[in-house]
Amino acid sequence: MDALNLISRSQGFYVRAIDDGPIEEWPEFFTDDAFYKVTTADNHSRGLPAGVIWANNKAMLKDRVSALKDANIYEPHAYRHMLGQPAILEEDRTGATSETSFLVLRVTGNGPTDVFASGRYLDEYVFIDGKALLKKRIVVCDSSRIDTLLVLPL
Amino acid sequence: MSEGNRPATAMAERTWPRSLTEVPYWVFQDEEVYKAEQENIFHGPFWSYLCLEAELAEPGDFCATFIGEQPVLVTRDHDGEIYAFENRCAHRGALIAMEHYGHAKDFTCVYHAWTYNLQGDLTGVAFEEGINGKGGMGKDFCKAAHSPRRLRLANVHGLIFGSLNNDVPQIEEYLGQEILDRIERLLGDRKPVVLGRFTQTLPNNWKLYMENVKDSYHASILHLFFTTFGLNKLNQKGGIIVSENGGHHVSWSAINREAEAASHYKDQKIRSDSGYQLEDPSLVDSFSEVGDDITLQILSVYPGFVLQQIQNSIAVRQVLPTEVGSTNLNWTYLGFEDDSEEQQLIRMKQSNLVGPAGYVSMEDGAIGGFVQRGIAGASNEFATVQMGGDQALSSESRVTEASIRGFWKVYRAAMGFSIEEEA
Repeated sequence: MDALNLISRSQGFYVRAIDDGPIEEWPEFFTDDAFYKVTTADNHSRGLPAGVIWANNKAMLKDRVSALKDANIYEPHAYRHMLGQPAILEEDRTGATSETSFLVLRVTGNGPTDVFASGRYLDEYVFIDGKALLKKRIVVCDSSRIDTLLVLPL
Repeated sequence: MSEGNRPATAMAERTWPRSLTEVPYWVFQDEEVYKAEQENIFHGPFWSYLCLEAELAEPGDFCATFIGEQPVLVTRDHDGEIYAFENRCAHRGALIAMEHYGHAKDFTCVYHAWTYNLQGDLTGVAFEEGINGKGGMGKDFCKAAHSPRRLRLANVHGLIFGSLNNDVPQIEEYLGQEILDRIERLLGDRKPVVLGRFTQTLPNNWKLYMENVKDSYHASILHLFFTTFGLNKLNQKGGIIVSENGGHHVSWSAINREAEAASHYKDQKIRSDSGYQLEDPSLVDSFSEVGDDITLQILSVYPGFVLQQIQNSIAVRQVLPTEVGSTNLNWTYLGFEDDSEEQQLIRMKQSNLVGPAGYVSMEDGAIGGFVQRGIAGASNEFATVQMGGDQALSSESRVTEASIRGFWKVYRAAMGFSIEEEA
């Protein structure tokens, strides 16, 4: 399969794990040494290193999942990710770099569907056993504002 | 005058409970109160945090921020000094600068190209002389009389505070020695570096967030992360400092290894004690921030500023009301110029503790909204803040709401409410 196919397949299941569950599958889209960060376009363009979420290995992503399931307190809510077509920037047989735009809608409690975030994924994928795994994903949200809180990953 | 004075007068017609333990819910709901706050609090004799000195490193650097709803512009001029003035063109009121942080040699209002220097002096008016001797400003027009109002400024260990009010006391007197000492402890002789800036929009009145910040009682009950990893057990060594006027506070704790083994939490059957464990416990690896045992220091300055140390997560928070039931919480995460690579990594990992997705702070983003929604229909009811008595004094125990009472003590006086007669 070509890079576009591998990445598209992977991303389809990635958003499904977050939006429809089980959320425990979300870390499995990453390599053990993966880097994952959620930041904003303003921070990204200024080169500021911190993230709203910042992880430099898969164990930290698993901790995110167990925290949101077992530790943190928040009103039940759900996302719906709408992804654009990935732009493949570089590719070879072992992996690819790509960018994908996203729109995330959120429903909190019995509230309406709100636009929660828009932005882009800046990704580095590695291809292992016919699957695309994320070695690096920087989630760059377009707006500098985050409404109320961010519990579920983007 | 004046439109602006009307809310203040109306506030005297409202009665506030005599005891500091009662907080009427209308104070979080009322449009008139919100308007009066802009005048009495944010334009009143108080100091508001604007930005960090480190964010204005070079001449020409500026920051467009707010005091309450009032837009202000903070700059560094070529004389090396910091200036601040209202971010509103003297001509027809448009914003002079729109970018949050930027660099400029001067400011030109986009509407009619009126120009201001970095100190906020009006230096140019487009077509001031008219064209071919026709039109233009009258001969008696004086640019110097039309500059935006300047703010009073104070620099406290690199934190820039401003005030729109000429009667504000000197910052040292305003903060008091104990608060100054605790700011110095964290920032004195250090050069902060901005690691990131995030804005969290809170679905609640700004004062509900300030109550939450000052509430050391909730921290280890609502926030599981704190308790599980010994970041903030109430039985640790620590305390609450409430400033003399009541408005500012510090909640702090230090490592107390003996208390770790104690079982006070199990006895209380509080949800916090769950045996929850991290797959990557390096998240809570930390180093002594300034060479002492203190691992937590939450410091607030009235009305809306927070300086935070949670382990090695250092941040400032600026609380900006945008509507009665809506608040912008601006986080600036900090490191320091002399951080080692390892220390930088620890700060990055611990950035997960705070902010909009913070393991120990995300609940605070939602809890104010739960209160705002919970009190709908209860304008005539009161919150009760009796933990630790009815005074607003420092204490060794953090099972107290003393600093919340302190906040209301300053607030009710500043707003000019009538205090309920003694029964």
